[in-house]
Amino acid sequence: MLTANKLTLWRGSLCLFENLTFQVNDGSVLLVQGPNGSGKTTLLRVLCGLSRPESGSVQWNNESIESSRSIFGAQIAYFGHITGLKVDLTVNQNLAFAARMLGQHNQRWENYLEPLSLSHCANLPVRYLSAGQQRRTALARVLMSDAKLWMMDEPFTNLDQAGREFIEGELTRHLNGDGLAVVVAHHGLDLPQERLTTVHLGGLH
Amino acid sequence: MTGGSIFWAVIQRELQIAFQRLGDLVSPLMFYVLVTALFPLALSPKREVLQNLAPAVLWIAALLALLLSMNALFRTDVEDGSMEQLVIGPHSLPLIMLAKTVAHWLVSGLPLVLLAPLLAVTYYLPAEGVRALCLTLLIGTPTLSLLGSIGAALTAGIRQSGALLALLVMPLMLPVLMYGARGTDLAAQGETISGPLYLLGAFMVLSLTLVPLASAAAIRVSLD
Repeated sequence: MLTANKLTLWRGSLCLFENLTFQVNDGSVLLVQGPNGSGKTTLLRVLCGLSRPESGSVQWNNESIESSRSIFGAQIAYFGHITGLKVDLTVNQNLAFAARMLGQHNQRWENYLEPLSLSHCANLPVRYLSAGQQRRTALARVLMSDAKLWMMDEPFTNLDQAGREFIEGELTRHLNGDGLAVVVAHHGLDLPQERLTTVHLGGLH
Repeated sequence: MTGGSIFWAVIQRELQIAFQRLGDLVSPLMFYVLVTALFPLALSPKREVLQNLAPAVLWIAALLALLLSMNALFRTDVEDGSMEQLVIGPHSLPLIMLAKTVAHWLVSGLPLVLLAPLLAVTYYLPAEGVRALCLTLLIGTPTLSLLGSIGAALTAGIRQSGALLALLVMPLMLPVLMYGARGTDLAAQGETISGPLYLLGAFMVLSLTLVPLASAAAIRVSLD
């Protein structure tokens, strides 16, 4: 369970959000929407603990994420708008490193190469891949983790229709397994209403 | 997942990346060779002059070459988002920062240490001096890399931050330079150098224990 308690954040003289309070329960999604520059990505970064809010707190299972950083860190898979991949290394090398950081000794990521249409370019340096393929590689990193909380920033950018459907399918599966997700997206998600909490940003100017 | 295996995983990845970018590896070495080669040309090729200059020139050039390479230490990680992944992850950030700095020293500091005796010979530095130069550089350059990593972490989010980085970390690096060059000079004159060596060792232990904490805090600030 992820709880945000009276979050307030200013960027310069611009108030991005004020007294923002919400709760995301196991098995549900928080959809963050709003126009460009309304602070969607910033909110996601606050929820991950990358940025600090001016006031308010974020809690994971009723514990502040600041005080339980390593427990919380082990539960997050972050899929940012930059991929977090090393462009000089191959898809396999990138995912092998991610596996080592997750403490996985098997080559579990290989199961995801085929459904993500990456198997033919698994040994190519990431810099030679298209933007969509790079996003798919980053997605493989999310899928191979056992993280309970998925943080996704515009997950559908650069992806084709098949890629979108694949993400939505995996997201549904993740939620069915009692996972949580925070998704920043311009479009709505094709999920049942009871699973969805929506936060609209950008109304505070 | 133990700290040790995380440490090795990060070092291995950094080395993999470094060998994909050989040009970046060679440029500090080229800088070192060029700077030290220019002094005899501009000053005088006389044996006494060069012998007197050698400790200072070889140490200053090593420091500047290392500083030149520090700039990119965390920049690409911040730009490609891999630093975010590491910061969010459950592992100790100071340990990861230390691993990255060690890897950086292995690819840009260690080659300087290995190259230094060759350059020292061209400066007619006597054998004791060459030995002392290698020894002081071997203890001093890791300290310089560590100190530089604080500045690199603080300026990782800023473009064109070369001058700022130098301004930030140069004052911290000066004692290492002074004792390193002085130690080499003493040895060249046939004196004992245990004093400077002990002090350099103390600097290294101090920075090894404290710097990873500082650079972890600094990178969090840079990412905020």
